[in-house]
Amino acid sequence: MSSAFLGIPTPPPRAPYATGHLRGDQSFPDAAHTALDNTQQRRNLGKATATIRGKRDRMADELPDWEELRSAGAALKADVLARLPELLERFEREVTERGGVVHWARDADEANEIVTRLVAEKGSDEVLKVKSMATQEIGLNEHLESAGIAPVETDLAELIVQLGADRPSHILVPAIHRNRAEIRDIFLREMPGVDPNLDDDPVRLAEEARKYLRSKFMSTRVAISGANFGVADTGTLSVVESEGNGRMCLTMPETLITVMGIEKLVPSFTDLEVFLQLLPRSSTGERMNPYTSMWTGVTEGDGPGEFHLVLLDNGRSATLADGVGREALQCIRCSACLNVCPVYERTGGKAYGSTYPGPIGAVLTPQLAGMHESRDDPNASLPYASSLCGACYDVCPVKIDIPSLLVELRHQHVEQSRYTAEAAMMRASSLAMSSAKRFTKAQRASRLGRVLGGADGRISALPPPLNAWTSARDLPAPPKRTFREWWDSEDGREAVRAARREAERGES
Amino acid sequence: MRVALFATCLGDTLFPDAVKATAVLLTRLGQEVVFPPGQTCCGQMHVNTGYQADALPLVRNYTADFADESIDAVVAPSGSCVGSIRHQHAIVAERYGDRSLRERVERAGAKTYELSEFLVDVLGVTDVGAYFPHRVTYHPTCHSLRMLRVGDKPLRLLKQVREIDLVELPGAEECCGFGGTFALKNSETSTAMLSDKMRAVTTTGAEFCSAGDSSCLMHIGGGLSRLRTGIGTVHLAEVLASTEQRVRPEEEVSA
Repeated sequence: MSSAFLGIPTPPPRAPYATGHLRGDQSFPDAAHTALDNTQQRRNLGKATATIRGKRDRMADELPDWEELRSAGAALKADVLARLPELLERFEREVTERGGVVHWARDADEANEIVTRLVAEKGSDEVLKVKSMATQEIGLNEHLESAGIAPVETDLAELIVQLGADRPSHILVPAIHRNRAEIRDIFLREMPGVDPNLDDDPVRLAEEARKYLRSKFMSTRVAISGANFGVADTGTLSVVESEGNGRMCLTMPETLITVMGIEKLVPSFTDLEVFLQLLPRSSTGERMNPYTSMWTGVTEGDGPGEFHLVLLDNGRSATLADGVGREALQCIRCSACLNVCPVYERTGGKAYGSTYPGPIGAVLTPQLAGMHESRDDPNASLPYASSLCGACYDVCPVKIDIPSLLVELRHQHVEQSRYTAEAAMMRASSLAMSSAKRFTKAQRASRLGRVLGGADGRISALPPPLNAWTSARDLPAPPKRTFREWWDSEDGREAVRAARREAERGES
Repeated sequence: MRVALFATCLGDTLFPDAVKATAVLLTRLGQEVVFPPGQTCCGQMHVNTGYQADALPLVRNYTADFADESIDAVVAPSGSCVGSIRHQHAIVAERYGDRSLRERVERAGAKTYELSEFLVDVLGVTDVGAYFPHRVTYHPTCHSLRMLRVGDKPLRLLKQVREIDLVELPGAEECCGFGGTFALKNSETSTAMLSDKMRAVTTTGAEFCSAGDSSCLMHIGGGLSRLRTGIGTVHLAEVLASTEQRVRPEEEVSA
């Protein structure tokens, strides 16, 4: 191998266009148009997000050092990103020394091939899946199926989504858009061996799923997981969960394959103390999640005898290369930002077209997969899917300034775009408002709009693009005088004089 | 103090009553209020829509007027414009400006205040002697709340207003759905957010919905008007400038 690289450095690649789930097939406003009409989903989401929001707030409020914890989480993740190559190599060494096999996957295609080959080598035509965002992101299930291998999702909500031939709509609660009546219907229709008298009592629904999954746990020899954390100095991996199904997958099969995004590292084992407080409180609104599994390589006579770790890039290096945008890689996938987002609450997660919906998805997806990869790339609409209300930043356990990242990505999008009508309007208004002389001329011109106001001074219809405003809102007609005209008028001077007299009276 | 009024482009052009009220209120509280005539717009719309290069001349124009040392403080009746000045001007100056612009941006930003901040933090008053005999609910607006962290300052000011019937707005901290060009680019989602905000406003039985930002009030008021709810909007400054002699002091009926 040559040690001298003399070519021109190229930016790291984005995630491949056609593989995985990092791009929808329509823009956000188009997808939202349909989603906003889904009455059942609006109701389910409104109820579920309000409940989780309340729980999270109580759990964060009860810790006196919550803000310090957030700062520690942010600092630790920033440190990981600053030293990522060094920490990854350390991590690889530790995992290997403890009997694990490390594979490096540049993108979704490579990761899918590695995992599928490993499963095929075991002669297995069925694999257990632990709930994992990374494997959703790369479309692993579809790839396994195309190779004749059946993936079995074992997280209850992921199972509901899989049986319903549906797409997840939330990072933590993938079936948040479903209610129990819909879940009962899916189980009756799709679950092998289901009790035909099943009702929609949550306890009975869970029991049916448990029966079905138990049989799978007993008979399947290979499992695939993601990872919440990888500890660089010990080679330890960790998955946190609520149901215990993940624990079954991590311990019972003969072979375990873990797909982990390269940003999931923490420097040392003690750093977990910070994240194991931040994550459950932010995500499920619990003090502690019921199951925290940790494993380091392989242990003879205990758990899987063979362990493979696939380290996934898939656009992460490209994201890291952006000095501002890289902050998105601090994300620990808690989904608190989804639950507080007024846009997410109304459109649901599928409108984002990506494994990562909501505010974090709007800044992560366009960076992992790009947003100028095709004409009218749907991902270019994601940074605009926010009113910049800032609720996401307030709850983020690792203090990702999502509103500022959205604004940055909008800037990058505009810089990449060809000249548009919008750009012309922005340029013209910038020119008009860069001097008071031109601005006052424009103000006088805008007063012509007074004729649109009619007798009651109310404008109810405007031409495009302002018809998007008047579709649901009136606009007051421009006033007779601008502020500065009043200020320079005798009325204005008299009003200020009168106020000054009042001030003097008050003082005396 | 010599206080410069920043009217904001929207306030100057479409909602002058809120700016007039600010001028009157600050003068009444003993401040020497000036209006630097070179001012135009803070550039928030450009930055938030992605046009940072087009925001540069506006940032420059803002600092040309307001960084001046003869001015002790700048006050604007808008949380979002002040948020943009304090948080975004530095981003634009860092990217496109030179050292002298960055320095002016810092100087101007450091003395720019949203109205309630200026009253409570700088002047140290909560009772401004106002009188407003109406039932009012207050929408705190996202950028005042989460960018500037004004907290309960507007409510502390409103609670001192005589004869006001101040009612709590359910889900007050939720965005009204305006978001600048978001209201156009994602008009339907924006409308869905607005309809929930309007429902909250109407359940209070208030005559007026108040806020510290004319842009959010333009959105909420635009919806309330379209549905003919009969509920009006009034800027915080107009409530605080009202007196027994004159409620909504400098109101000019637009039609």
